[in-house]
Amino acid sequence: MKTAQVIMDTGARAAALAVKSARVDVVPGYPITPQTSIMEAMAAMVENGEMHARFIPVEGEHSAMAAAVAASAAGARVFTATSANGLLYMHEVLHMASGGRLPVVMCNVNRGIFAPWTLWADHQDSFAQRDTGWIQYHCSSNQEVYNTILQAFRVAEQINIPVMVNFDGFAISHCLMPLTLPPQEDIDRFLPPHEPEWRLDPAQPSSFSNVTNASEYAPFRQMLSDDIMASIPLVKQAAQEYKDITGMWDGDTIDTYRLEDAEVVALAVNSMAAELRLSIDILRQQGIKAGLLRPRLVLPFPAEDIINALPQNAQVMVLDRNYNFGHPGGILASELKSVLFGRRNDITVKNRVMGIGGIDLTRTYMATEIRAMLDD
Amino acid sequence: MKVIARRPESLTEAKFHYCPGCTHGIIHRLIGECLDELNLRENAIGICPVGCAVLAYEYFNCDMLEAAHGRAPAIATAIKRLQPNNTVFTYQGDGDLASIGMGEIVHASLRGEKITVVFVNNAIYGMTGGQMAPTTLLGQVTTTSPYGRNKDFEGYPAKMAELLSQNEGSAYICRTAVNNPANVIKTKKAIKKALQIQQQGLGFTMVEILSTCPTNWGLSPLDALDWVEEKMIPYYPLGEFKVKED
Ligand SMILES: Cc1ncc(C[n+]2csc(CCOP(=O)(O)OP(=O)(O)O)c2C)c(N)n1
Ligand code: SF4
Ligand SMILES: [Mg+2]
Repeated sequence: MKTAQVIMDTGARAAALAVKSARVDVVPGYPITPQTSIMEAMAAMVENGEMHARFIPVEGEHSAMAAAVAASAAGARVFTATSANGLLYMHEVLHMASGGRLPVVMCNVNRGIFAPWTLWADHQDSFAQRDTGWIQYHCSSNQEVYNTILQAFRVAEQINIPVMVNFDGFAISHCLMPLTLPPQEDIDRFLPPHEPEWRLDPAQPSSFSNVTNASEYAPFRQMLSDDIMASIPLVKQAAQEYKDITGMWDGDTIDTYRLEDAEVVALAVNSMAAELRLSIDILRQQGIKAGLLRPRLVLPFPAEDIINALPQNAQVMVLDRNYNFGHPGGILASELKSVLFGRRNDITVKNRVMGIGGIDLTRTYMATEIRAMLDD
Repeated sequence: MKVIARRPESLTEAKFHYCPGCTHGIIHRLIGECLDELNLRENAIGICPVGCAVLAYEYFNCDMLEAAHGRAPAIATAIKRLQPNNTVFTYQGDGDLASIGMGEIVHASLRGEKITVVFVNNAIYGMTGGQMAPTTLLGQVTTTSPYGRNKDFEGYPAKMAELLSQNEGSAYICRTAVNNPANVIKTKKAIKKALQIQQQGLGFTMVEILSTCPTNWGLSPLDALDWVEEKMIPYYPLGEFKVKED
C-alpha cells in the first residue's frame, strides 16, 4: 500500500495539487492577484504533462466562468480560480452555473474589493456572492484547502450545484505549511470519475438553461433553493468519508475548539479562525472560558449544527472580516442572529468588523478585542 | 543661464516605482513633455489602468481617475462627453486594453470618441507576474505558457493598431517603440499628434507603444531593448496606420 507524502508548500500550490489529484479535465482562467499562483502552478503541470487537463487562457473572468459552465455542460470536471474583482466580474455567470445545475468547483482567494484598490485579504468578495446559489466553504489552512477541493467536487457532482472554496490571500495562498498528499488511489476511491446524468451529447440531443415561463421558472428556483439546503448532509458525509480514507479532518459544516464548556465563543472564518485558536488559549490563561466556533460551510449556513454546538448561555463574539452594508457590523453576525432567533434565546451575540483590506489579525489583538467586547 | 533639460511640469516629483530598465517611465515622461509643450497640463484628465501603471496618478501632475480593469475607454468617453473642452487620455497596458478591455476599446473607436489612448504593449501581463497576454508572441515563454505560446491552444497575438485602424471612428492610429533614441523621439511626435487631433475633434486617437518588461521577460534591460527590435517589431510593424485629414 502506498503511503501519504508530506511536503512543504503554499496554499495556492495546495489548491493546484488538489485539482491535479481530482483529475480535473478543464481549467479556464484569467490572472488576478493573489489567485494567479494557482493558475500558474496548474499551467505548468498541464504543459509538462503531469496533469491531463485543458488549460484555457481566456480574456477575462466573465469568459472564464462562461467557459467553465460550458465545459461542465459538456460533461467535463471543471475547475477555475479567481479573487476579488475577478469574482465580481463573474457574478452574472455564477448564476448561470448554479441555475444550470452545473457542478463547477472554483477557488476564490479572498481579497478586498475595488474601489479603492487593495491587494490584501478580507471577505467582502465571497460574501458579496452569497445569493448566487453557490455552496461556499471557507478554509483556514493549506491542508484544509487541499482536502476541501476534493470534498467540494464530491458534493458538487452529487447534487449538481457549483461549489466555491474560499481562503485568504497571502496568509494562506502564499505561505508555506506542511501538506499531506494522500496516495492517488485513495483520492480515486474518495472521488470517482464524474458521470453526469445529462450532458451536451449529439447522440442524445438536449438543450441547457432554456427560456421558461413563470410556471416552469419558479419550480426550478425552488428546486435550487431546496437542494442547497439538502447539501448539508452531503457535506458531512464527504468530510466523514474523507476522514475514513485519509485520516484527515478539518471539521464538517463547522469546526470547534475548546467549545464544550465555553462561556465566551468567538465565531469567525478563514485564516483568522486558525489564529483565533491561539487567542482562545490566551483568554483561557486569563481566566475567561473561551472557545471557538468556525463555520467551515458558510453557504448553506449550518443552522442546526451551530444551534446544537453552542453551550448554554454563551456570549458569541462574531468577528467579521466584511461589511453588511445597510446594517451595523458584518454579514456573519446577521446570519448567526437569523438562525438563533426564536431557537436559542439564551445566547447573546456581539459583533465587530476587523481585518479589512488585510489589516493584520494577531492572536493578542483578537484576544484583546474579545475582552473589550465583553464590556460592549 | 539657459535650461536645456528639466522635469516636465506635467509630472510630479514622485519617483517611479517601475523595475530597472522598464520603459513605462520613458512613456510617462513623453506624455508629460507633450502636455507641457501643448500647454495642456491644466486642461488634461487622465485615466489610469489596472496594470503596472496603476499608480500613474502619483506621477501625472493633472487630474487622474483610476479605472476598473479594462474600463478606461468607457470612463474616458463619459468624461470627454461631459467636458468636451478638456483633453482626456487613457494609459493602458495590453492586458487591460486588449484582453479584458477589448470590447470597450473597440467600441470607443467605433463611436469615434475624441480621446487619446496611450497603449503600452509589452507582450505580457506585467503586474500580475508575467502571464500570457493577447499580445504575447508565438513561442514566447510566460508563466501561463511555460513552453511558449502555441497558436493551436492560445491563438495568435492581437495587432491592435491594425485592428482599430479599420474603424471609421478612428482618426489617428499609430504604432511606435521606445527601444532606442530615434524611436523615443518618434513616439513623442506621435503622442503629440494624437493629442492635437483630439483637440481638433476629429475622432478616436491611439498610439500603441512597444515597451519592455525586463523583469517578466527574464532579460537584462539592454537585452530587453534588443528583444523589442528583433522579436516585437517584425511582428508589430511601426508606423501610422490611420491619419484622418481635417
Ligand atoms: C476584473 C479583474 N481581473 C483581473 C485583475 C488582475 N490584473 C491586474 S493587472 C492585470 C494585467 C495587467 O497587464 P497589462 O495590462 O498588460 O499591464 P502591464 O502590467 O503589463 O503594464 C490583471 C490581469 C483585476 N485587477 N481585475
Ligand atoms: S513588471 Fe515589467 S512592466 Fe511592470 S514595472 Fe516591472 S518591468 Fe515594467
Ligand atoms: Mg502588459
